[in-house]
Amino acid sequence: MSESSANKFGFTINPSRLINYDTSDRKVRDYVTMKEPSFRLCFACGGCTATCTAGQYTSFNLRRMNTYIRRGEITPLIEEVTRCMLCGKCLLVCPRGVNTRNVVAVASEAIRKLERNEL
Amino acid sequence: MKEMNSELFVIPFNFGLYFILIYSVVRSTIWFRNLSRGDKLRLQRGFFGKPFMQSIKEIFMEGLLHRKMFKRNPVLGYMHMSLAFGWFLLIVFGTIEADSFSAKHFNPPSHSIFFRAYNPEHGASGLESVFSFWMDFLLAFILSGLLLAMLKRFIPGMMGMKKTTKHTWTDRIALLSLWLIFPSRLLAESFTCGAYGSGSFLTGNLGSALASVLPARELAPYFWWLYSLSLGTFFFLLPVSRYFHIPVEMFLIFMRNSGITTGDKPSSYTEVQEHACSSCGVCISTCQMSFAAGINDIQSAYFVKGLRTEKDIAAITANCLMCGRCEEVCPVGIELGPMRMIERRQDRKDIRPLKFSDGYALTRKRNFIERVPTQSYSYLVPEEPVKADVLFFAGCMTHLTPSIIIAMKKIMDSAGVKYHFMDEKGGVCCGRPLMLVGREKEARELINHNSDIIWKSGAEILVTSCPICYKVFNESYYLETRVMHHSEFINLLIEEGSLRLGYLHKKVVYHDPCELGRGSGVYQEPRTVISYVADLQKSPQEENMALCCGGSLGNLTLSSGKRALIAADAARTLTSSSPDELITACPLCKKTLGQATETKVTDIAELVAAALPRPLPKAKTRIKKVLAKTENNS
Repeated sequence: MSESSANKFGFTINPSRLINYDTSDRKVRDYVTMKEPSFRLCFACGGCTATCTAGQYTSFNLRRMNTYIRRGEITPLIEEVTRCMLCGKCLLVCPRGVNTRNVVAVASEAIRKLERNEL
Repeated sequence: MKEMNSELFVIPFNFGLYFILIYSVVRSTIWFRNLSRGDKLRLQRGFFGKPFMQSIKEIFMEGLLHRKMFKRNPVLGYMHMSLAFGWFLLIVFGTIEADSFSAKHFNPPSHSIFFRAYNPEHGASGLESVFSFWMDFLLAFILSGLLLAMLKRFIPGMMGMKKTTKHTWTDRIALLSLWLIFPSRLLAESFTCGAYGSGSFLTGNLGSALASVLPARELAPYFWWLYSLSLGTFFFLLPVSRYFHIPVEMFLIFMRNSGITTGDKPSSYTEVQEHACSSCGVCISTCQMSFAAGINDIQSAYFVKGLRTEKDIAAITANCLMCGRCEEVCPVGIELGPMRMIERRQDRKDIRPLKFSDGYALTRKRNFIERVPTQSYSYLVPEEPVKADVLFFAGCMTHLTPSIIIAMKKIMDSAGVKYHFMDEKGGVCCGRPLMLVGREKEARELINHNSDIIWKSGAEILVTSCPICYKVFNESYYLETRVMHHSEFINLLIEEGSLRLGYLHKKVVYHDPCELGRGSGVYQEPRTVISYVADLQKSPQEENMALCCGGSLGNLTLSSGKRALIAADAARTLTSSSPDELITACPLCKKTLGQATETKVTDIAELVAAALPRPLPKAKTRIKKVLAKTENNS
């Protein structure tokens, strides 16, 4: 069944994002994992997001940001990464000992490098 | 010496000496020229004014006698003093000796350095022999220090040092030539004395012993050559080795006493500080990252060395707790904290390894790329201001320890303080964490947002529960409000008499948070408050040498495992006298230490709140109780 005919029923099939190698850019993920290996420990509990200082004012969501990095979705990441205040509350909350502050710092560094074609 | 053709041996010495003299003068002129206008004036005023004598005294006390080193460890102090002060005296008295026993006055320096080679029979009787004895004594004095220095290389623990600095190869060659100078002088003088039957207790006796088995007269020139070569090599390598600190430290002392400070940009002063570091390694022994977490390559000695040799030190710069302990113990008095902060604010471009010849370059060519802000807080909207006399700002971290907020509310209510809780619903970060990472521009956005609220509130006092916020409010905000940490505020309330407190029969120990103690100089107020309500015990490392809890936001890259090691070590030291409670004044310290020790960790506000008199029960229950009592009695 083609996609257009599926739409006739009033719902759509979500295109898979994880396995789309054409749009996924793993450079940022590789850079972040290299610079901050504890990034791998994240099990997406969302504690960081619940306590986030920036999260009270905007839709900033560290868990979502981590997902963007992992999936290699750069476009939304560029916007997301600028909002963090690096206050470090998430660091104290994280049950897995992820160095969350550095994940954000390294991710923004990676994006800057990406813009300069250095990655 | 009779064979005059061997006088050629002075060439390496002369070459080295004149090279280093000219180089030092040129380099310091350039440093002076590159100072800002204000600093130039300061230095001129300092040089021709009152601070001059103070600088001379400091050069004598620290540069020669090494007073601070003595205080730290007597053996370490003796080692540094014997080499520096002993060598100084040897030069001074050598010059006097050569000058007074020669036909001509005002001879070149080589004349006094190789005096014995020119006058082998000198020192036979009278004043001459007194001088000979004294010069031998000084040489023995230096050699004793040299022996200790060699021992220290292999057994650092002997002098209270946990670790000693790892050196670059230029440093090693310079060190070797320095070590060779004095033994070669000893042997050269001994051979000459042995050949001519002169010399005092050291060179005379050793000389006659050597002369009895070896052809002293033939061997002597070789050792004079070795002496001259090691001096020449040492002088020539001075600018590219750590020993450049010897001339530069004097310049630094003059600059510092004239009132020049590091500031927040790279300048000549930071460059002078880089070269004034002697890599003595005292910072390494003091660093908790070293002795508690086993990280031995990021300490200030390596940081400064990296700056000097233009290595890629981004990882070293970032990996520091910024606790400031090294700055407290640095015998040269280098402002290590501000230096690291400057480096964190820079983005360096194409760092290439320094060639050997680049070490002699008179000016630095550092490439920086302009920093693009990585964060943007345009989403913050100005808040509705609330008028209040006292503003209470809990801070992000305090929101993770709500017990502190509850305690502060209780205390302020009990004292009848009319306050407004500025970030009750969770406010904007104070900006200090961003600053510590070097993102100054981004931090300014947050600072402006908060300043706006504080200014519009018209408050007279801003109370904060977090030392991190306290420091940034004090240093980087432009406020007319008086900023107080809650320990200071509670102290004020007690002094005023508006807070009535009971006494808790508890043995407690106080932990100085880095940002409050070393960072802001608040040591006394928390102690006054604690001793008012409990029995405050001494802890092993206090006040300016207090330990860091390990949770510091100053370090971006330290892993949680290493942090836990530092916290455990600090907690062990703090609770060594097994107190009932461990008191701190920082929510971050409370969190970090709480996970590392069995002892209860309490904030100073919580301690005070516990000492508040219990409020009377409500009227209804009180009457009921009284009635019940009277019924029982009847």
